[in-house]
Amino acid sequence: MAELEAVIGLEIHVQLSTRSKMFCGCAVSFGDEPNVHTCPICLAHPGVLPVPNEEAIRSALKIGLALDCEIAPRSIFHRKNYFYPDNPKAYQISQYDVPICGPGRLGEVRITRAHLEEDAAKTIHVGASGRIHGSAASLVDFNRAGTPLVEIVTEPDLRSAADAADWARLLRETVRQLGVSDVNMEEGSLRVDANVSVRPAGSTELGTKTELKNMNSFRFLQRGIEAELGRQREVIGAGGRVEQETLHFDPASGDLTPLRSKEEAHDYRYFPEPDLVAIAPTAAMLAEARESLPELPAARMARYEAELGLDEAQARLLAGDPEQAGYFEAVVAAVGEAAEPRVVANWVTGDLTAALRASEDAERPEAGPLADLIGAVASKQVSHAGGKQVLAILVADGDADVAEIVEREGLAQIGGDDGELAGIVAAAIAADPDAAQQIRSGNGKAIGAIVGAVMRETKGRADGGEVNRLIREQLGM
Amino acid sequence: MADLLDLSVAAAAAKIAAGEVSAAEYGAAWQAAAAADDLNAYLWTADEGSFAEPDWNGEGESAPAGAGEATPYGSNGPAPADSGPLAGVPIAIKDIFTTQGIPTTAGSKILEGYRPPYTASAVRKLTAAGAQVLGKTNMDEFAMGSSNENSAYGPVRNPWDRGRVPGGSSGGSAAAVAGGLAPAALGTDTGGSIRQPASLCGIVGLKPTYGAISRFGMIAFASSLDQCGPLTRDVTDAALLLGVLEGKDPLDSTSVGLDGGISMPTLESLAGLRFGVPAEIADAALDPGVRAVFEATIARIEELGGAVAEVHLPHAEHGISAYYVIAPAEASSNLARYDGVRYGRRAGGDGDLVEMYEATRSEGFGAEVKRRIMLGTYALSSGYYDAYYGQAQKVRTRIAGDFDAAFEDVDLVVTPTSPSVAFGLGEKTADPLAMYLNDFFTVPMSLAGIPAISIPAGLAAPEGAADGAPRLPVGFQIAAPAFAEQKLLEAAHALEGALGFAAAAGDAAPWKGGAGG
Repeated sequence: MAELEAVIGLEIHVQLSTRSKMFCGCAVSFGDEPNVHTCPICLAHPGVLPVPNEEAIRSALKIGLALDCEIAPRSIFHRKNYFYPDNPKAYQISQYDVPICGPGRLGEVRITRAHLEEDAAKTIHVGASGRIHGSAASLVDFNRAGTPLVEIVTEPDLRSAADAADWARLLRETVRQLGVSDVNMEEGSLRVDANVSVRPAGSTELGTKTELKNMNSFRFLQRGIEAELGRQREVIGAGGRVEQETLHFDPASGDLTPLRSKEEAHDYRYFPEPDLVAIAPTAAMLAEARESLPELPAARMARYEAELGLDEAQARLLAGDPEQAGYFEAVVAAVGEAAEPRVVANWVTGDLTAALRASEDAERPEAGPLADLIGAVASKQVSHAGGKQVLAILVADGDADVAEIVEREGLAQIGGDDGELAGIVAAAIAADPDAAQQIRSGNGKAIGAIVGAVMRETKGRADGGEVNRLIREQLGM
Repeated sequence: MADLLDLSVAAAAAKIAAGEVSAAEYGAAWQAAAAADDLNAYLWTADEGSFAEPDWNGEGESAPAGAGEATPYGSNGPAPADSGPLAGVPIAIKDIFTTQGIPTTAGSKILEGYRPPYTASAVRKLTAAGAQVLGKTNMDEFAMGSSNENSAYGPVRNPWDRGRVPGGSSGGSAAAVAGGLAPAALGTDTGGSIRQPASLCGIVGLKPTYGAISRFGMIAFASSLDQCGPLTRDVTDAALLLGVLEGKDPLDSTSVGLDGGISMPTLESLAGLRFGVPAEIADAALDPGVRAVFEATIARIEELGGAVAEVHLPHAEHGISAYYVIAPAEASSNLARYDGVRYGRRAGGDGDLVEMYEATRSEGFGAEVKRRIMLGTYALSSGYYDAYYGQAQKVRTRIAGDFDAAFEDVDLVVTPTSPSVAFGLGEKTADPLAMYLNDFFTVPMSLAGIPAISIPAGLAAPEGAADGAPRLPVGFQIAAPAFAEQKLLEAAHALEGALGFAAAAGDAAPWKGGAGG
């Protein structure tokens, strides 16, 4: 049987940190005494009407622009009808076929849409497991009811649980930079659900998906998806079929249990919300949202190429990841004149990324220590190979004093004017006369043997280019 | 006393403002009249001698300090202002408007005992203009009905003939005004619920343009159609109330108000105005007596100098079908909040959640409401949306287009308001479809969102009645383009003067104490 490839899409709810709720004047809150932030509107008393929160619309526009989405000139709200005590009107005001933000992209993942809606109240099931089945009573806290949300839906472009978690982190950073949400997964201001399916590698058809909920950290997101991928591969491996269902992730046990059965599948009876008019952002609103955005990836990429002299591939790699880009720019600033930005980019995207991947526990150093290291290599105090050894220590131990590490590990580059490296080169040439002869007779490749010997002798502390130059010099070439 | 009650609202307000009439005396006279309600027009009336603080919790307590202060619209109850265009005038309010601390049921058992924590914007507009809440009037449950027989609190009787219905759903408001129990009333119109009862009770009923008056605090039936309006004795009073009520409300995103407001109509001649009569009326099912009054009214228009032309509303005949998809669809969603969780009636408290929902709604809603919830739920359900709701919206657009086309040729479109005069209690309750056809002439304007007024135009004997049977009022409907309320009121005012309905009705008019039982 062909290998089964993972196909993952995410649905992200971002709770906006506006002052008031989506459709009434009650404060947006977290952790307050239950039911203190309520009014006839968010309790759905008879006769009330919703009035949209302009700040929430502005926030949604910022998110849409940051995700490179097409902004709808006129988007409309729909009612999503279902009965549940956390839904006081028995319909949620959401957006359906004409969302405020249409197709877009963040990094390698296509955005399907992003739309505005309101949050539900919080139900607290007393007794038993904390879930409704078997509980003694259910209590409802309407403080959260009506809190503005932006729901972001991606295309199924992710191919592993780790990629999904990484991309979700990127999204969080992007939204955080916009200043429109706390994006805190534990507090629920960022909620990530995953649509997971598998298919034979190379197939273009989508398998039956399941929806995973309640993964309230990036780690749980990754673990939940991994568990579900494992389950689906097992089901299919045993000749079974994956059923479309919604699964609840239990962080304590790591188990996935069905949340809603098929028989309870809802028909939400969507229809246009007659109490609201279309959202038609004015040119001024759009311009304001655009101006308030931090630098977007495309603009950043252009700047990296034009002003920092990065090549296109480097610029694209860094600009597509605002978090990494921010770090890169901090290192460039700390390095100052000591090295070209291009060299910094090589370190950040190359050696550093590799060093971080090498170990689970690796942590990225602060910008300052990495800048010290790059400066030391550029000024030939440390060889490139020695620099990598320093870097391995920086990411592993959280040690931040580059000079001290170089000293302690004896990694100071050998070379310069004291003749030490020249002596080691001379000894290496003397020890391998065959190679020396070949080099003299024009076989350039033979130089590798002598360079290798020098590097072994110096434990990598010599600069490769300098060694090459000395060998040729001493051989009279 | 009787003299005081004979005054129109405009006349009474002017006399109170001029110090010729005491507001206290005037108010007391109306309270006494309302307290003597024998039409079942009221569900609640203010205690005699006091319009002040309403009973907050049914135990004689007034609203606790700070109640409602957390809301964006403050804590104001319906306490009247001291001055304003309606100072000292008590007004009956359809029980579909929320009134802080005053029971508000929308004619339903599911809201029995419910005392809203806030007051509807329309009511606040009235009280801010100095008006007082005289009482809350009976109505078809959640405004669903054309006879007032769908009230959970019993039917309202027509003051012209107590064996007949007053129309609906604003039947209590219409009967109160026609029966001399209120000088004016507030109603709501979704497909004819102001105009049809006004027609059946021989008074003026105005449905303004959708968006002219805030819907905030008006308990929703069909949100895209619901509109508040006055029921009054004459066109001037309708204009006076509309002028107070209209306006953009920050609490209703769909409200826009009327540009330039409303001034008192003064027109007496119809010269220069073009009236369109839909050709489709020739084939419409219409009682002969109603047709005769309609034709006589057209003749009066021409005598007054108005030009009468034929117009075509080819899609209007599909209005009822479209309406009875759109309105129930929206209602099925609007009424879903009555679930027993937060307020109002709750039943089956010991069972699980679904059981509680089912018991609460089974006991709380009446048959017509359930019928429409089921119709609407079906029309919106997956796989049927396009065929029903989507299709009905297309019809709606076509009907609006018909009116647009007609208004290129004429200033106003006129029709009978209702196909018949008031019918007998119980006469149509077994046949919902026959009941729905009462709205045949009023629904197209609702779907188009345009303003329309019904004015009493004459009397006619019910179809098939024995010779000499008492004659009953017939309404005449005038519709205008969106936001052309001033023109509509001017024309209605001129025609009203020429028709002299009140004088013609003479002692038969119930507010003269001449109604038989």
